Amino acid sequence: MDLSTLPRTELLREVTDLIALHAELIDDDQLEAWPDLFVEDCHYSVLPRENADRGLPVATIFCDSRGMLVDRIVSLRRANIFPVHHYRHIISTSRIHEVRSDAVVAHTNYLVLQTRNTGRSFVYNAGKYVDEIVFSSGKFLFRSKKAIFDTDLIDTLMVRPI
Amino acid sequence: MLNVQDTAVGKVSTDTEEPIGCRIPYSVFTDDAFYKAEQEHLFRGPTWNFVALEAEVPNPGDFKSTFIGDTPVVVTRDKDQSLHVVVNRCAHRGATVCRARQGNVPHLECVYHQWAYELNGDLMGVPFRRGIKGKGGMPADFDLKQHGLVKLRVEALNGLVFATFSQEVEPLTDYLGPLITKHVERIMCRPIKILGNQRQFIHGNWKLYAENTRDPYHASLLHLFHNTFGLYRSTQTGECLMDESKRHSFLYSKAGSNDAARDSEVYQDSRSFDTSFSLQDPSLLAGRSEFPDGITLVILALYPNLILQQISNTLAVRQIVTHGPDSFELVWTQFGYADDDAEMDAIRLKQSNLIGPAGMISMEDGEAVEIVQQAVSSDRKARSYIAMGGGGADDADHLVTEGAIIGFWQNYREMVGIEERVS
Repeated sequence: MDLSTLPRTELLREVTDLIALHAELIDDDQLEAWPDLFVEDCHYSVLPRENADRGLPVATIFCDSRGMLVDRIVSLRRANIFPVHHYRHIISTSRIHEVRSDAVVAHTNYLVLQTRNTGRSFVYNAGKYVDEIVFSSGKFLFRSKKAIFDTDLIDTLMVRPI
Repeated sequence: MLNVQDTAVGKVSTDTEEPIGCRIPYSVFTDDAFYKAEQEHLFRGPTWNFVALEAEVPNPGDFKSTFIGDTPVVVTRDKDQSLHVVVNRCAHRGATVCRARQGNVPHLECVYHQWAYELNGDLMGVPFRRGIKGKGGMPADFDLKQHGLVKLRVEALNGLVFATFSQEVEPLTDYLGPLITKHVERIMCRPIKILGNQRQFIHGNWKLYAENTRDPYHASLLHLFHNTFGLYRSTQTGECLMDESKRHSFLYSKAGSNDAARDSEVYQDSRSFDTSFSLQDPSLLAGRSEFPDGITLVILALYPNLILQQISNTLAVRQIVTHGPDSFELVWTQFGYADDDAEMDAIRLKQSNLIGPAGMISMEDGEAVEIVQQAVSSDRKARSYIAMGGGGADDADHLVTEGAIIGFWQNYREMVGIEERVS
């Protein structure tokens, strides 16, 4: 399907749906389903804005295959030790930045609130998604997702995807 | 005869009711009195504190703002390439002079009243010094030379920059000692390039992290990912050694030096030995052997505020910045070598998933520090018990020891004092 022939409103609806589903799976702790929103040969990174602005490559989380996304989740479930917590994503309206025949690039602001067993919620991570979305095997999926975050003082640790 | 100091330091208390070992009162982690005393006697005392990598300030005019303990400082590179470290506080009325984390400037200037300083901290001039139309101005005897920024002593070792407030402390390599110097030089063996920063805020006392990084005992028990993939096991060849003063520690291990069959026996019943877990994408652990000595993990803990590490192909400094008795910031700066090829760049970036605040073998340290902080209190009777490896500040040719933690506390006791400050 040539994405550039689709009406803008339809594209935006698909983009918005995918980004909302991404947030919901994480917030609802359905992490095993999360990698399925990505193509096999994907990129996913969570990177501090201070590095992005300076052209420095280090990301807090960097995955370059769907297998690595699965490994992150298996590690979270079976190996890592972290405070019990929930995420709550608050997502802005997406803006379509670019439409190519095979992909659409969208920018979306996000806030991730975190709640631990103290019961208090706080802003854990504020940033911007830069998403490259493709239509593959009958579905819209992420080929690349970057979460570039302003909150570069990470509270305690980061185990869950943003 | 029993020396009170020694009972708490460990190993000598055989003639008392106390078991052998080192005991530290928990109020060292909670009381403001300790926090204030260590800022003065330790961070601003006779210690060398890490402030920057030279590669962070490569060009004349480059600066980096950072902290020694909680004192703000600026590292600058001067026109003649020399390095300076000055307190980031205007000599006039105390405003922060450098407000950016890093940048490049011809000189330092306070925005409040535009007092301007050379890159070495000397005061260059102040606006309206002679007043306006004969009115106002500074006193006639005002001497620029008397009002510069506070200057620290600075020394660099193979690209690591350290500073001290002390005029008395020995030169840097004497302070580090030959063993630590040698292993700093091993990692910092050629020019580096900065790959990026990560910052982590931990709700705990910084000394809990000083203990954590001198503790090879926890590594295979807390960090399950580590253990499962054989990156580090207590059965590996490794040592935990200290400099002569026992301030600093050098912990290393060699992956692949263990016998997998024997490991299941040693780790019998341990929740941390689950080898059924395999990676879908094993490229994460595909690295390159880059040191001829075969060492795959190095944690150098340099008293008081630096950890220099090599874990597989990740290279990083971790700088401790204190925020108060119950919190600190850990600034991770990852680097590679300037001559790394594209494949090596890719390996380091991928392996950076192992370290940092989201590192699959390091994130637990944040939680470990916090669960201690949450449970300790200023109850003067409550103390920890540190004795693995024999209960003394001893080097070990194995990884089941807490000797370097005891070495840390001996130095802390000498510099800050412990028992006499417990209220």
